[in-house]
Amino acid sequence: MAGPVLEMRSIVKTFPGVKALSDVTLTVRQGEVHAICGENGAGKSTLMKVLSGVHPYGSYEGDVLFESEVCQFKDIRASEQHGIVIIHQELALVPYLSIAENLFLGNEHARRGLINWNETLRHATELLRRVGLDEHPETRVADIGVGKQQLVEIAKALSKQVKLLILDEPTAALNDEDSGKLLDLILELKKQGITSIIISHKLNEIRRVADSVTIIRDGRSIETLDVKAPETTEERIIAGMVGRDLDHRFPERTPHHPEEGAAPALEIRGWTVHHPIDQQRKVVDDVSLQVRRGEIVGIAGLMGAGRTELAMSVFGRTYGRYAGGTVLKDGREIRTKSVAEAVGHGIAYVTEDRKHYGLNLIDTINRNISLTALNKVARRGIVDEHEERKVSEGFRRTMNIKAPTVFEPVGKLSGGNQQKVVLSKWIFAGPDVLILDEPTRGIDVGAKYEIYTVIDQLAAQGKAVVFISSELPELLGMCDRIYTMAAGRLTGEVPRAEATQEVLMRHMTKDTQDQEVTR
Amino acid sequence: MSTDVTAKSPAPAPPGGSGPAAGKGLLQVMLDGLRRNMRQYGMLIALGLIVVLFAVWTDGDLLLPRNVSNLVLQNSYILVLAIGMMLVIIAGHIDLSVGSLTAFVGAFAAVLTVQHGVSWPIALVLCLLVGAAAGSVQGYLIAYLGIPSFIVTLAGMLLFRGLTEILLEGQTLGPFPEGLQKLGNGFLPETGPDTNYHNLTLLLGLVLIAAVVWQEVRDRRRQQEFALEVLPTRLFLLKLTALVAAILVLTLLLASYKGAPIVLIILGALVVGYGYVMRNAVFGRHIYAIGGNLPAAKLSGVKDKKVTFLVFLNMGVLAALAGLVVAARLNAASPKAGVNFELEAIASSFIGGASMSGGVGTVLGAIIGGLVLGVLNNGMNLLSVGTDWQQVIKGLALLVAVGFDVWNKRKSGS
Repeated sequence: MAGPVLEMRSIVKTFPGVKALSDVTLTVRQGEVHAICGENGAGKSTLMKVLSGVHPYGSYEGDVLFESEVCQFKDIRASEQHGIVIIHQELALVPYLSIAENLFLGNEHARRGLINWNETLRHATELLRRVGLDEHPETRVADIGVGKQQLVEIAKALSKQVKLLILDEPTAALNDEDSGKLLDLILELKKQGITSIIISHKLNEIRRVADSVTIIRDGRSIETLDVKAPETTEERIIAGMVGRDLDHRFPERTPHHPEEGAAPALEIRGWTVHHPIDQQRKVVDDVSLQVRRGEIVGIAGLMGAGRTELAMSVFGRTYGRYAGGTVLKDGREIRTKSVAEAVGHGIAYVTEDRKHYGLNLIDTINRNISLTALNKVARRGIVDEHEERKVSEGFRRTMNIKAPTVFEPVGKLSGGNQQKVVLSKWIFAGPDVLILDEPTRGIDVGAKYEIYTVIDQLAAQGKAVVFISSELPELLGMCDRIYTMAAGRLTGEVPRAEATQEVLMRHMTKDTQDQEVTR
Repeated sequence: MSTDVTAKSPAPAPPGGSGPAAGKGLLQVMLDGLRRNMRQYGMLIALGLIVVLFAVWTDGDLLLPRNVSNLVLQNSYILVLAIGMMLVIIAGHIDLSVGSLTAFVGAFAAVLTVQHGVSWPIALVLCLLVGAAAGSVQGYLIAYLGIPSFIVTLAGMLLFRGLTEILLEGQTLGPFPEGLQKLGNGFLPETGPDTNYHNLTLLLGLVLIAAVVWQEVRDRRRQQEFALEVLPTRLFLLKLTALVAAILVLTLLLASYKGAPIVLIILGALVVGYGYVMRNAVFGRHIYAIGGNLPAAKLSGVKDKKVTFLVFLNMGVLAALAGLVVAARLNAASPKAGVNFELEAIASSFIGGASMSGGVGTVLGAIIGGLVLGVLNNGMNLLSVGTDWQQVIKGLALLVAVGFDVWNKRKSGS
């Protein structure tokens, strides 16, 4: 076994009022892939910021030793000079610059301020080959998918002579196929001697690529496990993360048996939507589905299957160009041409991208929750602030939003808590139909469970729930029925009793030539 | 093994920071409050400092009743514009046309009253309508056609300046009827017994004090009713005393000269009204929402286009009002009126805590920002600093204020 390349000893980091890290010790061996997992807010990202110099030397207690030397990084540049490169969850690429320009941004091949394009392109081509990205280096970053952008980030790290690569939830935004490629690349880099730290919520990925895993909970390092050891099961890791054994990842659900005869709460017939720019392309193609009250209906599909596009176009035509189809609520046809109309008919759409489409990050929890249904706490156009505060305090308690008061800006909350705010906001609007788009994306196991419980309660209250997710286990655990989509079309409808990952995956990859089966 | 999962409730929301009342010293509570509201209090303290500094430098001339009265009259129109501009900036836009629009409306008023003998109340209404029309055209182009506000209002700036000169044929036009003049430099009428003070102003001041005290007490009681955390009693009394003292001093100063200027009454009504709308009305919330995160606001059912449109319409009306006040104060409409007003209004908003990216700011902030600039102006005039250096110093003030904001934000964690 190789010796440690990185040692972080008893790291303590405090922010005004909060102790983000109270005692973290991390030892990473040379040449291994080391996973870090822990619930949201456990301190993983803070720890990586300490390591990469975002939180400069002196702003934390404890020692960071890289290659047996004490590190005193004052910024990211300093850590990069030592070969420590961090790739954040939100990619830091400039969309309108080319791949090559992005690769060497801030580190250009230039002499006296003039860029040597030939050298730039040569080096870029070489780097792209190393990460297995088959794109011309002059392609604009905006024109390639998220999966490929992630590879560009890694290529960029390689250009900096990386010795220790840190990936913060690298696959959060990727589909299974791209995730698979990325993980293969990490293993490939390992062979080339590059040590990686990977922060991930996805335990199957950790099992696939990591050699060891360190679990962080409440700002402390709990334990480091050898992933390859037989006793390190997913359950074992989860137990460490949440500090308890977890038999049930999902709340106990009595499957719903809809009464025959009653009209479905929401029915979509022949829904077709064209791409907003490329108007020849059908993004959603003749989709018909229905959801009854009290039912949780899943929609499974790979990236680009048209799930979000379907949901958003139904919800006030907020995506693409409408090209046909009707929406029925309780058996009667309704107009959902604007968000206001959709909300008025009791439909809510909880976005997959809470930061961009769900929340006003600079505003308070309070005001985010009340926004969609302000009229409920207002009389004649005037908001009753006390009433509003009472309502949101109520949600803070029932949804267990971890914040001292409801006047905290939403941007300061962790992902799980932000998601609870988005959910609160839409529950407050009092809809009959909730369309939840990836409601547990990027949040930790504990918060996931809480969100599942809320979804279950909503269904029990007689609301119709549409549950869009890329994680098949959660669809299997939560849904009464699951529709599958591929390339804009509905490819299957599977009742709970018959649903397995294999069945769903088969439907999700049906009828599409360009999508290959990844499992 | 199978612990009851429903009972796990991971670490119940910490009651941490459950109120400053939790056994901390008064000073500590004040400091905490100060730190939390650095943006607001910071500028208020800066304004206080500037007032004190200039009062010392001018041997107290700054705070002479006549000068205080003057200060209000001199800055009223910028403050009116700053209110509207604050709304525009919160919504994530900018309006460069307001300076030219004030000039245009002034010219229009002059043409109506001086050349055509239209009676002043009718002219006033027509002028406000012209402002509304100008604002709604720009608002339509910005909100519904999606042309960037910078471009639309830059065009408006050139256009209205040109129209002003066309309307006035390059001449200065005046004087205005007396009724309209009052808008610029009139005072509340003198009534009642001779008390050495202006009676109506005193009365108004006392009513205002009563209203403020009542409002504060009622608010506090309601908050307690809802079991919400409130300021500790001593601090609350301190705040109340400070408020009352401030109003009292201003009242006495104004009452010992000619009384409260009419434009101050208008301004006061605007501040209270717009402050209320921005804090408590659904419309105000929607402005913050579209400025803070437009896509999220849209997906929450906020009618973003309508809100944007109304914000610009409103700006047009306020610009018209400012135009009338300026024209009335100068008692003439001039083609060169209102030059750089838009920049002063924008500077006021940013000094007062607005953010370039929108979603942040308060009406009171715009007023404080405007007053910082106004006191600087007035104080430097008293010290006979040339306009060249005045510009330099005002530029620096803007930089320092926003720089402080940025620094403060960075310090409190990205």
